Amino acid sequence: MSYSQQMMMILPEIVLALGSLILMMVSAFAGHRSARGVSWAAVALLIGAGIALLGPASSGGVAFYGLLRADAFSAFAKLLIYIAAAVSIIIAPRFFAATHGDDLKPEYPVLILLSAIGMGVMVSASDLLTLYVGLELQSLAAYVLASFMRQDTRSAEAGLKYFVLGALASGILLYGISLVYGFTGSTLFDVIALQYSGGLSTGLLFGLVFVFAGLAFKISAVPFHMWTPDVYEGAPTPVTAFFASAPKVAAMGLAVRIAVEAMGPAVDQWRQIVIFAALASIILGAVAAIGQSNIKRLLAYSSINNVGFALVGLAAGTQAGVSAVLIYMTIYIAMTLGSFLIVLQMRDENGVPVETIASLAGMSRTRPWLAAALAMFMFSLAGIPPLFGFYAKFAVFSAAVDAGLFALAAVGIAASVIGAYYYLRVVKTMFFDEPAPAFAPMQSKVEGGLIAISALFISPLGYLLIPALLSATTSAARALL
Amino acid sequence: MIGLTHYLVVSAILFTMGVLGIFVNRKNLIVILMAIELILLAVNLNLVAFSAYLQDLVGQVFAMFVLTVAAGEAAIGLAILVIYFRGRGSIAVDDVNRMKG
Repeated sequence: MSYSQQMMMILPEIVLALGSLILMMVSAFAGHRSARGVSWAAVALLIGAGIALLGPASSGGVAFYGLLRADAFSAFAKLLIYIAAAVSIIIAPRFFAATHGDDLKPEYPVLILLSAIGMGVMVSASDLLTLYVGLELQSLAAYVLASFMRQDTRSAEAGLKYFVLGALASGILLYGISLVYGFTGSTLFDVIALQYSGGLSTGLLFGLVFVFAGLAFKISAVPFHMWTPDVYEGAPTPVTAFFASAPKVAAMGLAVRIAVEAMGPAVDQWRQIVIFAALASIILGAVAAIGQSNIKRLLAYSSINNVGFALVGLAAGTQAGVSAVLIYMTIYIAMTLGSFLIVLQMRDENGVPVETIASLAGMSRTRPWLAAALAMFMFSLAGIPPLFGFYAKFAVFSAAVDAGLFALAAVGIAASVIGAYYYLRVVKTMFFDEPAPAFAPMQSKVEGGLIAISALFISPLGYLLIPALLSATTSAARALL
Repeated sequence: MIGLTHYLVVSAILFTMGVLGIFVNRKNLIVILMAIELILLAVNLNLVAFSAYLQDLVGQVFAMFVLTVAAGEAAIGLAILVIYFRGRGSIAVDDVNRMKG
């Protein structure tokens, strides 16, 4: 395969990398006043990278001696990542305008772009080295984003916690990688899979456990979830929206790729880990969310809960399971971005953001449309039909049942009932409590439009998209299995 | 004769010390940064030992990448530490508690 063909396969990454370097120069020389221009240019770059996915980037196959794989799976995950990154850039300017002394800096869109490149590399990695470099590029940009509001001590604390625990997770993953390399003799996923099919030695088993522990950290699955609520609460809200969407997809895509492609023959070993993490995340995410009074913390536990459901699909380990994970992540992204867009609208009459659930009281009377949209997102996250969130849960559980994991599916469904309680509590606060002071009116048509789009996507109209979604995720899953 | 096992044991000890350094230490955030470096060095030792044992260069290339990324990671960690210190006037681990629950 010629060099130029291989370059075409990583065209989305090239577009983003060159673009973000140029934008970094622009922001360095033009200073703060370039923030809005750089933001829109970054969104344009993400759209350009999305278009570049249509070419060999989605069908080219193996590139650079097996280091990277450009297939339908990576293209699908990258599309979700780029959408989430673009939304996180679009919603930022108005949020930062309302904070004291932390106005939007042009570094923000550049860091999101760098993180998006890292995530793109993560989902198309087919070698442990590529995986590590992509993961670190994503994480290092994310640490800075979490502590982006320099005047706010909560933001700095969120960045610090995210950094320490994220670096520990990378260390654990890396230790696992070194063991896998040592006992298989290669870092290529294909060769590793070959070695895993010949029976498991102690070293290979240890490597597998460490790698999965590191990955569980990145997707914030229990028992490695403890950083999530603090980081989600402390980070600026647009950054929290970003953390809850794009890196989740990337880390989940990476977990699926490693589990299925590199360690596929050891499915019986990793299935135990995945089942434990899935059930623990579903149950803990549901129970711990009940006592929360901060909406961002509540959504953090909700994201832990949702990761658990997505892992149910991975536990199946079949083609249908992988496809269900992708369907789940697609619908989850729409729900979570929509919820965070509404959290962004929560500001008092002076425009200062508020985060308590109590301030939502009586919103159905002061802001009926916003309350209706948030109610839809909450019902959908709880998985109540006829909203689209129900189909996401249906897909993962039917994949688990088809793979014979009846107990997992039964416990998961039972635990999702506990989860419904705290989602419904938010709805009850909005519709049945005495009105709290009304929020400041929404000034941005773009944000209103984004809320409307995500609400439409998760409404029953979303079911019209199922055939398209199924064919895309099935071809993505077929690229792996 | 010093063989592969010796290197692996030393590396495992270093790794454990690094992880313990993060969780047991209650005093100083700088110590946590040192513990993270210790973990990454344990990994590097592993990689290089395996590379020599397997007669395969990939492990050493990997170790170079880890070193580079570790430098970037330390720079970002210290930068975040500086902002944190400016806001709070302390880098004691027990003071990192504005958010709980």
